[in-house]
Amino acid sequence: MLNQTSILRVISKLLIPPIMLFGLYVQFHGDFGPGGGFQAGVIFASAFILYALIFGVDNARKAAPAWLTRLMLASGVLLFGGVGVVSSLMGGGYLNYSVLANDVHAGQHLGITLIEFGVGLTVAGAMITIFLIFDGLLRAEEED
Amino acid sequence: MIDGQLPILQVVLPLMMAPVTLILRNPRAAWMLTLVVTWATFTISLSLLMQVLDSGTIIYKIGGWAAPWGIEYVLDKVGAFVMVIVSGIGSIVLTYSRRSVEMEVPEDRIYLFYTMFLLCLTGLMGIVITGDVFNLFVFLEISSLSSYVLISLGKDRRALTAAFRYLIMGTIGATFYIIGVGLMYMMTGTLNMADLSALIPAVADTRTIQAALAFLTVGICLKLALFPLHLWLPNAYTYAPSVVTAFLASTATKVAVYVLIRIVFTVFGGVGVMEGLGVQHILMALALTAMFAASTIAIYQNNVKRLFAYSSVAQIGYIILGLSFVSESGVAAGIIHLFNHAIMKCAIFMGLGCVVLRIGGVTIKDMHGLGHRMPWTMGAIVLGGLSLIGIPMTVGFVSKWYLVRAALEKDMWFIAVLIVLSSLLAVIYVWRIVEAAYLKPVPENAAPVHEAPISMLLPLWVMALASIYFGLDATNTLSIALDAANALLHGGVL
Repeated sequence: MLNQTSILRVISKLLIPPIMLFGLYVQFHGDFGPGGGFQAGVIFASAFILYALIFGVDNARKAAPAWLTRLMLASGVLLFGGVGVVSSLMGGGYLNYSVLANDVHAGQHLGITLIEFGVGLTVAGAMITIFLIFDGLLRAEEED
Repeated sequence: MIDGQLPILQVVLPLMMAPVTLILRNPRAAWMLTLVVTWATFTISLSLLMQVLDSGTIIYKIGGWAAPWGIEYVLDKVGAFVMVIVSGIGSIVLTYSRRSVEMEVPEDRIYLFYTMFLLCLTGLMGIVITGDVFNLFVFLEISSLSSYVLISLGKDRRALTAAFRYLIMGTIGATFYIIGVGLMYMMTGTLNMADLSALIPAVADTRTIQAALAFLTVGICLKLALFPLHLWLPNAYTYAPSVVTAFLASTATKVAVYVLIRIVFTVFGGVGVMEGLGVQHILMALALTAMFAASTIAIYQNNVKRLFAYSSVAQIGYIILGLSFVSESGVAAGIIHLFNHAIMKCAIFMGLGCVVLRIGGVTIKDMHGLGHRMPWTMGAIVLGGLSLIGIPMTVGFVSKWYLVRAALEKDMWFIAVLIVLSSLLAVIYVWRIVEAAYLKPVPENAAPVHEAPISMLLPLWVMALASIYFGLDATNTLSIALDAANALLHGGVL
């Protein structure tokens, strides 16, 4: 196991918070600069994956239990679709963000931020789930 | 106001409910929710079809962006008709599914089954309604990825290899499609179907566009399992859970045929690729080969599900044959066979699902004496079989009648003869099942068997009777198909 090396443990402990912060930066900066939900989700999930590599998958599962990743997967899609439904209920047609706020620019801004957040949630959930499932498969093979 | 939102609801409703089933995690609740969603989409489809027939094509702009830049949803007669087929089959199959899924899918995965089913429905609906070639690709992937998962949920471990093989072939098909879209985009700078059909004639003589057409046709033909690109289909249909087979056999390949229609008659509508570039002859030759080769292979199958899977490949041949005539009655015959084949294959595969539930297998041997042990189930399967042959008073007869007429109109009498001859092959494979079920004695050590539960028999018989009803009274379906064919051939207006 990699957790024997104290260098790795200390460095990764140092790195994980900035990685997560950078993920959030890419997430919420996405509507003005390079970035967006997909990249942010991957970066955010990579912090979890690093944690799992160094401190073991069992600890990572404690931090991100199955119900949580499942909820992330589902709620991201619901948020994205929900923004569309709300905008059509407000009379603008599906995913027409302009009607979400009083002024068109604020509406577009709000809409894009929200759907990108939905994308980020689902992508991060998917990345973590895929990584943890692969680990589960490897263990099942070792047990066989 | 809600009226204006109906087209988008068709995609959004199943899409949004899929994650809800994931959160619910309860098999019964997931089934109930999916059932409500499928019937709602069916109701909306019917009302959209009425609207299209009354007042013409419906256009919906996503996000309020105007057409060539934004994605628009366009529903014309063909689209609305295929949408009714997909959602109708979906709601009948879902009504039937509960018992069958409980038996064939591990319990802790049942809610995932319904999540995937809803995503698959989302994808199929989206393909039918979108007016944007790239958006179509996205929906194609949604429906394909979810159907790989659905197939792999089969009990038999061979379902996994079948799903994997379908994944490889399906991905190649989707890749070819997107390469074709990319090449078109390179030459025209647009992805909107109506826009493409206006811009393509100017650049039609370039090699890039011809390569695009080649990639698109081959890619889509992989998806719709046109002989000899059908190799993924028999195993996928055989080892998938019965409910999945019934649903995919009647919708997935049909929607792929719809994509072919859209590309050939709408996007390339101004060019006349069917006649001009000889696509017509290639499709016709392959369709005829499919009708004979696949029917012949079907005769030698011992697994009845596999037998009908090969028969599906043959039936796709009839549909493509109809399109390849490029005449009004030919295209109409193709479109009407989409509908008719969906009904009869759905009935047959649901019937086989009942057999799996009670007997546990569907080899010819399992069928021995089944006509006496499960009379209602076998009755429906035989009705579906008669329709496959094309006996008068069944839907199959209507399709074949129009195919033969289309052939004669073009003075291709030999093709008319071939259509009739290939139907004789269907007689042979259907007879094998009838013989096993009614003329063979019940095996001596057979355990007593009950008829399938009413919750499964009812939807099964609705489909079986529909195959008679639409055979007796085809006026409505025919007039829609003729209208649609007419619209497609005259510029393929969306």
